[in-house]
Amino acid sequence: MTGAERLRALGHLAPAYLWLTLAVFLPLSAMAFFSLLTDVPFGTREWSFTFRNYADALTNPTYATLLWKSVRLAFWVTLWCLILGFPCAWVLARMLQGRTREALFLLVILPFWSNSLVRIFSWAIVLRGNGVLDQAAGSILPGVRLNLMFSESAIIIGLVHSYLPYVILTCYLSLQAIDETLIEAARSLGARWPRILWRLVLPLALPGLIAGAVLVFVPVVGSFMEPRLLGGRVGTTYGTLIEDQFIAVFNWPLGAALSFILLAVVLVILAAASPALRKAAA
Amino acid sequence: MIRQTLARAYLALILIFLYAPIIVMAVMSLNASQFYALPFEFSTRWYERLFTNREILSAAWRSVWIALVVATIATTLGTMAALALWRHDFPGKRILQTLLFPPIAIPWLITGTAMLIFFFGIGIGRGTPAVILGHVALALPYVIVTVTARTASFDRALDEAARSLGARPFTIARRVTLPHAAPGIVAGALFAFAVSFDQFVVSYFLAQPGDTTLPVLIYTAIRKGFTPEINAVSTIIIVVSMALMILAARYARFGGTK
Repeated sequence: MTGAERLRALGHLAPAYLWLTLAVFLPLSAMAFFSLLTDVPFGTREWSFTFRNYADALTNPTYATLLWKSVRLAFWVTLWCLILGFPCAWVLARMLQGRTREALFLLVILPFWSNSLVRIFSWAIVLRGNGVLDQAAGSILPGVRLNLMFSESAIIIGLVHSYLPYVILTCYLSLQAIDETLIEAARSLGARWPRILWRLVLPLALPGLIAGAVLVFVPVVGSFMEPRLLGGRVGTTYGTLIEDQFIAVFNWPLGAALSFILLAVVLVILAAASPALRKAAA
Repeated sequence: MIRQTLARAYLALILIFLYAPIIVMAVMSLNASQFYALPFEFSTRWYERLFTNREILSAAWRSVWIALVVATIATTLGTMAALALWRHDFPGKRILQTLLFPPIAIPWLITGTAMLIFFFGIGIGRGTPAVILGHVALALPYVIVTVTARTASFDRALDEAARSLGARPFTIARRVTLPHAAPGIVAGALFAFAVSFDQFVVSYFLAQPGDTTLPVLIYTAIRKGFTPEINAVSTIIIVVSMALMILAARYARFGGTK
């Protein structure tokens, strides 16, 4: 590469990466700095360095409970997404062909690229007391009330709906890559379906399953809008706790510390899954 | 053939799960009753109300033009970067490609609050400029990844051939590289528009209250209580964003089915 070429490449790359630095990497660093302050350093306010925010965030039993609650929520949502999504990906990848497959694949992926807030709102209409599901249940079985709104089930349903297409997409990609002759070989050697599934298909599809699980778990553990709208009072999570620090309580240093602890959890998960993620991407 | 039938039935159930609430919402936006009461009685009342609601209209307009600005900036910068990454090999290239993942992988709650803190610290504060700054950063990785996926199938030798025949860099870009990358660029632009237009979390922390984007307005409205107008505007949003994605899918050909 000549000097002029190098300069041109730099000129083409710099704007995008400067923008990312200004709007993502510097803010994350600023948050690390803020999480170590006693008060926001704006105007004439007094501030000094402290570890108290982290001490608070880690020792306050309420915060610990909420973090655990968010992790548990993310676990259940991920599990349901895998259970529902894997068979769906199998049908799409191995049992359909041509234009039918293409059209159905697009139909499954489409909601995931549409507005997530609006989709959560649509569940609120379906689930709320005297809502569509309630009235439908009542008209089939008179006297039956089905009000799921403002419960943990409502939050899980809404989140599974939001993130299911992720799992279907990643599992689809890894299932599609499995060589048909391997399965035929196993069958001709007398293996039955449960055994083929357990010993052949699942191990080969594992990178896709793990990638899907991570892509669901990470955003769900930091979710706050979905629990707020579908969970009401039972919908306080670690995410809503952070939201409150910035929007309602204005304790930004504590909010920054809580955000950073969440980031640490996310990074540990991403690092643990990174071999599988790299395999799934290849 | 029992297996085929079962498989199709299962797929149908998943599709019902994915689409039923959206369809219910769309149908209820055309129901006369404010409390979603059945039996269904057709009315376009909520849509008429919607088009006289100044608050919703101005938020909708703001969302659209912010998304247009974001798509333009992100597509320009992203395409430049993607083509430079494709054309040249240099030390540190892998690091640059890895740096695209944090904006996608870190939950938006964390990125959004971090942006709020930083923009306040450097004096930009909350408001539309902050929203655009944030949205472009979220959209850039999507554009770069989409354009890169398209150029992967393009032989660098063509580029070099044009250069050895004496074409200037600008001519090469206009006559060789850009036409080939065009579908990827169009798809990237549509993704960027969608990332911005549908963005709630980051806008929620960066938009000035009273001067917000449509998703933020909808969130606040839902928390105050249900209104069928919100139902109507939500239906319009979902139709627009799905149409955009069908377009983008045609250009990007994702899923590897072709």
